[in-house]
Amino acid sequence: MSKRGITLYLHVHQPYRVREYSVFDASVDHNYFVDPDPISGANNQFILEKVADKSYRPMNALLEKMLHAHPEFKVSLSITGTFIDQVEQWAPDVLDSFKRLVATGRVEIVAETYHHSLAFFFSRDEFERQVEMHRQKIRELFGVETQVFRNTELAYNDSLAQWADDYGFKGILAEGWDPILDWRTPNFVYQPEGTKNIGLLLKNYRLSDDLAFRFSNQSWQEWPLTADKYTQWVEASIQDQPLINLFMDYETFGEHQWEDTGIFTFFEEFIGRWVSDPNNTFYTVSEAIDANKPAGVISMPSTVTWADSERDLTAWLGNSMQHEAMRYVYSMENDILRTNDATLISDWRRLQTSDHAYYMCTKWFTDGDVHAYFSPYSSPYDAFLYYINAIRDVRWRLHENHNTGGLSG
Amino acid sequence: MLGWELPPHNSGGLGVACYHLSKALALKGVAIDFVVPYEAEHEGIDFMNIHAATPLSPIHKNGMGAYDSAFTLQTEKEGKVAPSDLKDIRGVQRRYTTYVEQLVKKEKYDAIHAHDWLTMEAGMRAKELTDLPLIVHVHATEFDRAGGNSGNPIVHEIEYQGLMMADRIVAVSSITRQIIIDKYGIPADKVEVLYNAIDVTSFDDGYDYDRRTYKYLEGLKQEGYTIISAVTRFTIQKGLAHLVRAVAKASHKYDRIALLLAGDGEQRDELIALAADLGISDKVFFTGFVRGKQWRDAYSVSDVFVLSSVSEPFGLTALEAAHHDNALIITNSSGVGEVLNSIFRYDFWDENRLADQIVGIATSPALKESLRKNVQNEYARLSWHDVAETCLNVYKRPRLEVYA
Repeated sequence: MSKRGITLYLHVHQPYRVREYSVFDASVDHNYFVDPDPISGANNQFILEKVADKSYRPMNALLEKMLHAHPEFKVSLSITGTFIDQVEQWAPDVLDSFKRLVATGRVEIVAETYHHSLAFFFSRDEFERQVEMHRQKIRELFGVETQVFRNTELAYNDSLAQWADDYGFKGILAEGWDPILDWRTPNFVYQPEGTKNIGLLLKNYRLSDDLAFRFSNQSWQEWPLTADKYTQWVEASIQDQPLINLFMDYETFGEHQWEDTGIFTFFEEFIGRWVSDPNNTFYTVSEAIDANKPAGVISMPSTVTWADSERDLTAWLGNSMQHEAMRYVYSMENDILRTNDATLISDWRRLQTSDHAYYMCTKWFTDGDVHAYFSPYSSPYDAFLYYINAIRDVRWRLHENHNTGGLSG
Repeated sequence: MLGWELPPHNSGGLGVACYHLSKALALKGVAIDFVVPYEAEHEGIDFMNIHAATPLSPIHKNGMGAYDSAFTLQTEKEGKVAPSDLKDIRGVQRRYTTYVEQLVKKEKYDAIHAHDWLTMEAGMRAKELTDLPLIVHVHATEFDRAGGNSGNPIVHEIEYQGLMMADRIVAVSSITRQIIIDKYGIPADKVEVLYNAIDVTSFDDGYDYDRRTYKYLEGLKQEGYTIISAVTRFTIQKGLAHLVRAVAKASHKYDRIALLLAGDGEQRDELIALAADLGISDKVFFTGFVRGKQWRDAYSVSDVFVLSSVSEPFGLTALEAAHHDNALIITNSSGVGEVLNSIFRYDFWDENRLADQIVGIATSPALKESLRKNVQNEYARLSWHDVAETCLNVYKRPRLEVYA
């Protein structure tokens, strides 16, 4: 029998936030993403450098140390194209440290859309182009082929799994959400409904969210969480099952949970504790699928994400502003691509990043729970306004430089 | 309770706020004697005793000092020459104070609640005579009325005295509270915030929007125009010149925009000239002073309500506009913004930002609908019942302990 394994998967992403782009900029100034205010929350370079210091540099150093110290330790990363573009420009040492991790052979890169977009739900062609772009970029930078797919925000349904199966991926990731799993546990590999050769890994959200969301919450009854306590929980969850899938944002380490919460020390202690038992190991996502036959078939006809208590897409596509914004951006697809204007196409794709729609979410805002709202803007209405102004300018460029499209959408 | 106006004899929000606060307090069992400086019928007010401190008729013009510091009276009771001591507002205030002195000697009260500088002297005098706790309620300071300057030094001095003498101070927003602390040097723990609210049931009077009132604007709406409105007095405090300039800037980007300016005031001619200078006279509609149906129809015809004030302690009109289904744009220096989330905000001088917000709303149905719909869940949460509850707590603990 194979060993009991933890599949640790971390998602690395930064969007290109739109600056406070006004209607007076549209058709005049085509810069949407470079904020002149050096310390604005929408200044992408400022944010990247800040998070690099707090999270990417110390966490990569720690991962490197763990890989050296523990031959069993492995990790999987999804690194978005928009993040790679930013570190290439502003923090090349961070990119180098990711390359060193991958070069160990024990760090797997997970496939996704280059632009962290929701294109799957709007344009299958554009979606595939972005997946291919991302595979190509990973090949160039790291010299590896991606084999397992994750969609933006872990947004998953049966037809996505069928697409990934046809495309040749060996695995796909999704949320291990109770209403779907029913009596089953997320601690096995499953087979998605209607597929032949692809394995489904489901996030163990309780154990994942203990770290990602609750770790530093002092009003949590389990605070402070120690490596001992967490190891007991993992033991209690896995019992005689093969897998614990811990999926979370990479920025959990150092950014969502700051260094002074003890997250790095906790991580190091927990890794050491887990591999000290000879029955235990870590798997990359591919290895987890290779090592385990599917325990059954799982069907998710409706889209499930890893967000909020609803686990649906309402944080991105829950109100009319979000729908309008996405409709505008995707309706330009053919006109944009025909131009062969690389800068224009790149700007258009950067506007597809799901974060833009997230900033327009009103579902917490109206309740006055503005603290739940994680955004560089002071309101979802501001977010929408700047975004729409940028869309207008994209239309103007199409119209003015390429004689296509209309200014009124 | 010492006030200066009550509906229907009010010329602005002060009377409305006093009316609703008193009514909600009365429902909680508070017995109120409310003193006004004029003599008139107040139909429908049976929940408290109204005392007329002078025989003057209700004066609408300029609100007799509630909204600016013009010291000369404009109107007098028909057919009667006013007694010489009632020719200016100081004279009226002296009469008012004398009346209050006699009232507090005659009747027994638990507290004196004085509204704004107009009645502060009477409040202080009542406290001197009876040693009753004095609660000063600040709806606006002289800084607000003067559009950010220190304004009339006499008014400022009366406010300073009143705020110093008060046992407790309630301010209609955090912005106003901060002015009281910063500009008048009042200790922070003596001042608390008591927001205004809106009584939505007072709007359920069988009103139906009449499309004929602003028929031309309705015609523009049919052609796809978005109607921006401000319902206010045309004074420097209200920042309307910035609004007119922003509308001009916005219409260069998107021309299906019209501005409805409902109200009147000293800046009217200046605003008309400004619209002409900017070449948008055909897009700016001046109604003059509106009341009753015309007033409500102004809200109803409008899509977007702008509260453009340079300094606005609260800004009840924004809640009224929300009740009539408007999207709201509010300056950062308006108190009502503190109780709403689903709105656009801007700095009163930032014409580009305001223009951007106007164009955004005018060109995006989703944005307009989201703002309109979501603010509905917010404005109605503010109830006079809750305001009265907070006010009662102030009455119950009127004197802050002083620790040596």
